[in-house]
Amino acid sequence: MKAIKNIGLILFLIGLGIFTSLTFLGKFQVDQNILDQVISEKGIKSEVFIKELQNNLVGKEFSGMLSFSTKIVTALKMANAQHRKNKEYKKVTYINPNDMAAYIGKKSGSGFIANNKGLMWFLTFGLGILGSLMFIIPNVVLLGKKGIKNDGIYLENATNRGWIAWLVFIFLVSFYLILYFRSEYAVNWTYLVDPISEGISGNPAGHWFVYGFMYCVVMTVMAIRMYIKYRHNMYQMVRTTSVLFFQIIFAFLIPEIMVRLQMPYYDFKNAFPLDYDFFFSWNLKELLASGGIGLFILVWGIVLTLIIVPVMVYFFGKRWYCSWVCGCGGLAETLGDPYRQHSSKSLFSWKVERWLVHGVLVFAVTMTLMTLYSFFSESSTVLGIKTQSVQNTYSLLIGAFFAGVIGTGFYPIFGNRVWCRFGCPLAAYLGFVQRFKSRFRITTNGGQCISCGNCSTYCEQGIDVRAYAQKGENIVRSSCVGCGICSAVCPRGVLKLENGPLKGRINPTQVLLGNTVDLMELMNKK
Amino acid sequence: MEHIVIIGNGISGVTAARHIRKLSDNKITIISAESDYFFSRTALMYVYMGHMKFEHTQPYEDWFWKKNRIELLKGFVESINYREKRLHLKGAPDVEYDKLIIATGSKSNKFGWPGQDLEGVQGLYSKQDLENLENYAPNNKICKRAVIVGGGLIGIELAEMLRSREIPVTFLVRESSFWNVVLPSGESNLINEHILEHHIDLRLSTNLVEIITDENGRAKAVTTDKGETIECNFVGLTAGVSPNIDFLRESGIELSRGVKVNRLLETNIKDIYAIGDCAEQHEAIGSRRPIEAVWYTGRMMGETVAQTICGRETEYKPGHWFNSAKFLDLEYQTYGWVFSEQIKKDYEKHFHWRHSKEKICITIAYHADTNEFLGINTFGIRMRHEIFNRWLTERRQLDYVMEYLKDANFDPEFYAQYESEIVERFNSELGMHIELKRKSWKRIFKTA
Repeated sequence: MKAIKNIGLILFLIGLGIFTSLTFLGKFQVDQNILDQVISEKGIKSEVFIKELQNNLVGKEFSGMLSFSTKIVTALKMANAQHRKNKEYKKVTYINPNDMAAYIGKKSGSGFIANNKGLMWFLTFGLGILGSLMFIIPNVVLLGKKGIKNDGIYLENATNRGWIAWLVFIFLVSFYLILYFRSEYAVNWTYLVDPISEGISGNPAGHWFVYGFMYCVVMTVMAIRMYIKYRHNMYQMVRTTSVLFFQIIFAFLIPEIMVRLQMPYYDFKNAFPLDYDFFFSWNLKELLASGGIGLFILVWGIVLTLIIVPVMVYFFGKRWYCSWVCGCGGLAETLGDPYRQHSSKSLFSWKVERWLVHGVLVFAVTMTLMTLYSFFSESSTVLGIKTQSVQNTYSLLIGAFFAGVIGTGFYPIFGNRVWCRFGCPLAAYLGFVQRFKSRFRITTNGGQCISCGNCSTYCEQGIDVRAYAQKGENIVRSSCVGCGICSAVCPRGVLKLENGPLKGRINPTQVLLGNTVDLMELMNKK
Repeated sequence: MEHIVIIGNGISGVTAARHIRKLSDNKITIISAESDYFFSRTALMYVYMGHMKFEHTQPYEDWFWKKNRIELLKGFVESINYREKRLHLKGAPDVEYDKLIIATGSKSNKFGWPGQDLEGVQGLYSKQDLENLENYAPNNKICKRAVIVGGGLIGIELAEMLRSREIPVTFLVRESSFWNVVLPSGESNLINEHILEHHIDLRLSTNLVEIITDENGRAKAVTTDKGETIECNFVGLTAGVSPNIDFLRESGIELSRGVKVNRLLETNIKDIYAIGDCAEQHEAIGSRRPIEAVWYTGRMMGETVAQTICGRETEYKPGHWFNSAKFLDLEYQTYGWVFSEQIKKDYEKHFHWRHSKEKICITIAYHADTNEFLGINTFGIRMRHEIFNRWLTERRQLDYVMEYLKDANFDPEFYAQYESEIVERFNSELGMHIELKRKSWKRIFKTA
């Protein structure tokens, strides 16, 4: 069994190694035909840029993305600078140089990788999946009897912030930096999943398709790990199935299929303000131009945020979204599960959390109000501030850095819910409803708590669950996403997630159940 | 403003301190030689098993004590001079008090076995025990086998801990079945089976005779009363605990096994109180033992003594008995009184149900003549404390409890429910016709 695990680990690492090396490998060749396509598709009017490409790119063979993209990026920057200097604004190309490199790169890949997509898929994704399953599935036997299996979490390097955790951290952060800021290095990855993308949407894959596909693969593999680890716990089984379902069907397949059907790309479960660009003018214009389905999406998006989300939170708590439906939550609950213990439980962190998460909510709402004002008034500024630059700032700081690079990259060090806890504006909104008007609570079972601290340690949202449980008090916290792990790890059956009447839901106590009735009455009624 | 000094920073002492702070402006000092800050003793096992770090066992952040003006003094109290109201500390200046609370907890029992003080022989109670364990049994290379002596809650926890590092464990239990002094036989058997499932070498009806030393004064084997010699590198002595009160022998405070206290938790000396594991009631309260070494009772005594110290005399009057534990993967809860066959009275009858495949069972105790519900034990099913507390207060009949059993279930959502199976068995066994009521939030959250 252990041998199978080790072989699996090796296979996984080989797959990961090949996948990683693809960022620097590959042959790229631009011919006149490709250049003409680029010029016409992107409407390039800069003769300087075209000439540069003609001289430095066409007819040459590049080995590796680095030298290839450098040429394009410098050429575009140089051309744009020259045009701006000469005030030839019509000739300026308003495309990010890195995106331009990715776009040209995708068309000009040649050689082994681009020509052996199936094989390369197997050597990367295939080995990765096979290896990790070989690593995970023997646990059915190795973990022994069903029950809580947290042995050794703090004794092992990978789950105790050792060097392996730091390597994973560096890998994840780099991966997200490439995805958001240097997409040309993801070009080879897109070849691997081209056949899949073409099969679903009919289009070749872009780097976001790679991400979407990978997201589903990672979640599926790690969901299998969850199924094995928590096989005694039906709540975890059902919940894991739910997040997996919503990721694969709603976040991945439906939007791609909609594209094939000439409809707008839309994830029906992605609610504003997490879906922060829903009200951006380009999206509104696209929706309004898409006929009936566009209008439906527009109405659905608004109803989802204003009615469905809060009503569901009233009945079930924000868990129905955050740990049952949401994609960010889905990754956190599967890939992130081995790291859940790293979320800080200190009071200081809680203070930071409240300022940050509510700050982001205010930011998102303000930005959206500006966007809508600009959209309807057709002015590009609000009170002298450019709407576009506010949007860009949000997209960069919150959309890319916070949700992506920090949100997932920091898993191995700061726990699996950094984004959900400190940054997600939707979580902040749901949190208000959950705290003040919801039937959901984690019930503390009378006086049974022994303050052991398992619940707090494994709370991914950094809630000091024990602080409430040891006082016999229910846990009613806006940040709780209802993952149910506190209840699972409790050795004394103290915690239960449930939806019940509002009355008595918040029950501060001084003296716990089990002591003399007189004293309980005296102290608890004060 | 008085100076309240508490010896011991466990759950009893710390609860007392917190409540005294809530009720008064007194100066509070907690003295402990064991650790800088309060930690949850019951969680020590999880540190060894790697579920948590030691810091996670500390329920309060370090700033808590200063904020609440509770002074923490690390030191070992050697003796008490109650006439001068002074404590003598080892290697430190005396501490004066106005009121003193003794909350020094327990120590592991040693019954004079030959070799019981060798290296690699220890109980599992204190932070130091954990550190020693990490020394003598860090892995299965250094500790090739461990022997545990004493089949109680700590013994099985120690076995679970050692197994988490794949150390072979031989478990010597004096009784013919695990913990059958406390548990009815059906449950005790269930645990026997579960212990074996975890590859623990369980030896029932077996006593330790001697621990054999190697040339360096370390344990190398044990012999049993079955004439066997078992080689091992570590011996866990877990045959219960007793009050940790040796430093009080000459103090003039009345002692028996523990510090003798009345219902106000006062000792025979004015202004000295004792709470928690180390306190011994003059007369047992109800069916309780005079010394209750349980987390919950320690906490309750802390809550109670704080009232008295702050000027509102309050008797220690614990409510309905409850407790819980975890045996390897099996969660156990109890509400009210369910006694083992060995000690139960004639009027106590049991209804026992066990799942056909899973390790799940319940035992309900009731009065043979009046049919009054007396208590319940559950394994693998969580129950709602408040419901059983209410039913016990209302002195409900057995059939009422069965009828509304669903209200008491506390298992996580989506778990399989066994109430109908239980009631069906109950009906057929006792010739009853109980119809199970559906769960009702209204009844569950009814406030009295």
